[in-house]
Amino acid sequence: MRHLFSMLAAIAFVAAATPTVAHDYRAGDIEIGHPWTRATPPAAKVGGGYLELTNAGDTADRLLGGSSPVAARVEIHNMEMTDGIMKMRPVPEGVEIPAGETVNLAPGGYHLMLLELKKPITEGEMVPVTLEFEQAGAVDVELAAGPIGSTATGHGNATSSSHEGHE
Amino acid sequence: MMSGRVVGFIAAGVMAIVMTLAAFSIVIDSRRAPVLQSTGVATVGGPFTLVDTEGQEVTEKELLGKPSAVFFGFTFCPDVCPTTLFELTSLMEQLGSDADRINFVFISVDAGRDGPEEMKQYLTAFDERIIGLTGTEDQIDAVTQAYKVYYARVPVEGGDYTMDHTASVLLMDASGQFFGTMAYEEAPEVMLAKLKRLIDEG
Repeated sequence: MRHLFSMLAAIAFVAAATPTVAHDYRAGDIEIGHPWTRATPPAAKVGGGYLELTNAGDTADRLLGGSSPVAARVEIHNMEMTDGIMKMRPVPEGVEIPAGETVNLAPGGYHLMLLELKKPITEGEMVPVTLEFEQAGAVDVELAAGPIGSTATGHGNATSSSHEGHE
Repeated sequence: MMSGRVVGFIAAGVMAIVMTLAAFSIVIDSRRAPVLQSTGVATVGGPFTLVDTEGQEVTEKELLGKPSAVFFGFTFCPDVCPTTLFELTSLMEQLGSDADRINFVFISVDAGRDGPEEMKQYLTAFDERIIGLTGTEDQIDAVTQAYKVYYARVPVEGGDYTMDHTASVLLMDASGQFFGTMAYEEAPEVMLAKLKRLIDEG
């Protein structure tokens, strides 16, 4: 119930705060909640992609990576902050989504990494990405691009793509 | 803790390779010598030579006379770097003209990919007062050693690489002495208070 409420709150918030409507996708048993990204500065060659994956099925699945017409490659990377040091690594084996669980790809942790961007991502743009799941297969989604500083926790004072942002 | 025996083994190992390393250690010593502090106390900050977004040489002397907020990163960084620069931009907006009383500096740790032109284009997305600096690998080694900033080039599959780096913003006073830090996770209000204190006391 609480989860439902926060989902609704997130949807209401996102719908109110962004020009793009909250959007969800489904691939087999995997529900994909509000995929988003940030606008990138000029000359930036990389962008992050964030989304919520819920496995409604009885068997674990795995997000392996993806592809996009805007980038040469789409990979899964993990970011860690250890003693104030930022470390980011590719995760070629992907992210497991255990049966019945939700996995968040969010700033500061696992995320999609759009490498070798062909042009900068602009705010308000919908970025097409095809996600590849081990079980559920391929699914096309669109990442809604928020402003450069948008994060899931409201860090950066720009919360239009946030799930828990504050005004 | 290590047992005496293990320590003994390590010592023996060290002895065994010490001859091989002798030549290298002389080289390393001669390279490291200038950054050693005679006081024995680790200091943050010091001399550097880098280039700005116009390709002009910049040294630590250009930053003296007013306090500085210095952030190390790279343009191939999808998360921490743009959000920190965006955060700084927003803080500068809140400070208004007081922001002119601090040097906001973004120093690249990625000599291989961040030239003056890449830095210039990248920074157009943020407050135009942010000073972008980059340099050769040796110059970046020197400035990160002076500022006690960690960075490492980490190869990844396919011949590509990524950079690990300290994500904190270093605050320096007008004489170039260490004043404090702003951590990545800190609330914007806390950062704003620190910058105001830096203006008043730094």
